[in-house]
Amino acid sequence: MTKLLEWVSVLSAMFAVWYSLIGGYVKHPLIEKNINLILISPLIFIALFGLYAVTVVLYRVFTFNNCEEAAKELQNEIAEARKDLLDKGLKF
Amino acid sequence: MAATIYDSEITKSDKYSILLPTYNERENLPIIIWLIMKYLDNSGYDFEVIIIDDGSPDGTLDVAKQLQNIYGSSKILLRPREKKLGLGTAYVHGMKHATGNFIIIMDSDLSHHPKFIPQFIELQQEQDYDLVSGTRYKDGGGVYGWDFKRKLISRGANFITQLLLRPGASDLTGSFRLYKKDVLQKLIDSCVSKGYVFQMEMIIRARQFEFTIGEVPITFVDRVYGESKLGGSEIVQFAKALLYLFATT
Ligand SMILES: Nc1nc2c(ncn2[C@@H]2O[C@H](COP(=O)(O)OP(=O)(O)OP(=O)(O)O)[C@@H](O)[C@H]2O)c(=O)[nH]1
Ligand SMILES: [Mg+2]
Repeated sequence: MTKLLEWVSVLSAMFAVWYSLIGGYVKHPLIEKNINLILISPLIFIALFGLYAVTVVLYRVFTFNNCEEAAKELQNEIAEARKDLLDKGLKF
Repeated sequence: MAATIYDSEITKSDKYSILLPTYNERENLPIIIWLIMKYLDNSGYDFEVIIIDDGSPDGTLDVAKQLQNIYGSSKILLRPREKKLGLGTAYVHGMKHATGNFIIIMDSDLSHHPKFIPQFIELQQEQDYDLVSGTRYKDGGGVYGWDFKRKLISRGANFITQLLLRPGASDLTGSFRLYKKDVLQKLIDSCVSKGYVFQMEMIIRARQFEFTIGEVPITFVDRVYGESKLGGSEIVQFAKALLYLFATT
């Protein structure tokens, strides 16, 4: 099964549940009391997920390791390499 | 992948072929070769470096020849091509001449540091992984020389890709990896995309074939010499590849 099909099947299962609740196919006092909330629940869900995504991405951007050490080490090694290679007769 | 009965005997004579595609890397090539020698020559691992230069106008091939004279033609192999034919085919070309049973792919612009190669090899041996991928996104890894925008694009693209494709690897567009040779051959044969998204497709196909993947955190220092080519067209390419893989794998 492709990832696309996986998404389609999970999303349609969720849609089916939601639709049966708002369509009155399932009857329960709790459902009737919260019908407005159920109606907009997909929107709430999307908004919450969007918030989660933005938070995670921004957190990872700000904690993205800046390899100052590695950069410095590389600069030193470049200098060392150039010197050694010149000694070995390399013409840059 | 199922291990063959010969595996245990072959490990004694493991050989690592490092593929170095170059295009206008005259400044970088000597340094990267020097670093490879520094970190591998005393390690006891059997290895060779295959330089695939695509007719660089800056004379990279000339420097490569000098390096071959210095380090010997059993360690440094030159497999140049006439003109710029792209990175994907450079790997295919290099692999044809590789005598190792493992292939290491890395950029020659110093953003991939050879000090990580022994770590790749050790991890591969520990778990008999089919491929080991360097990752900038895990603890201990990182980048240098990236501004906020580039980090945001990178992290954002990575988030969406992880969400949609669940690839089982954290760095999809990186190209610092070690492969079993037959695994790489199979992946290359099955990949359809060209350009830099090819790296992403390779790892997605690896998941599809149920190859095992190990990861080593790497520090990625942006190219010191030469120009970078990250632009808008790369983002479009990436989005297209993502959707294609989403719909087909
Ligand atoms: N043989 C060959 N090598 C290439 C070709 N294009 C790029 N390369 C090499 O492949 C490696 C990766 O290319 P880069 O230009 O560094 O691509 P990148 O890492 O995505 O982008 P920047 O480092 O930001 O420029 C480098 O070692 C290049 O020299 C090509 O057409 N032929
Ligand atoms: Mg690069």
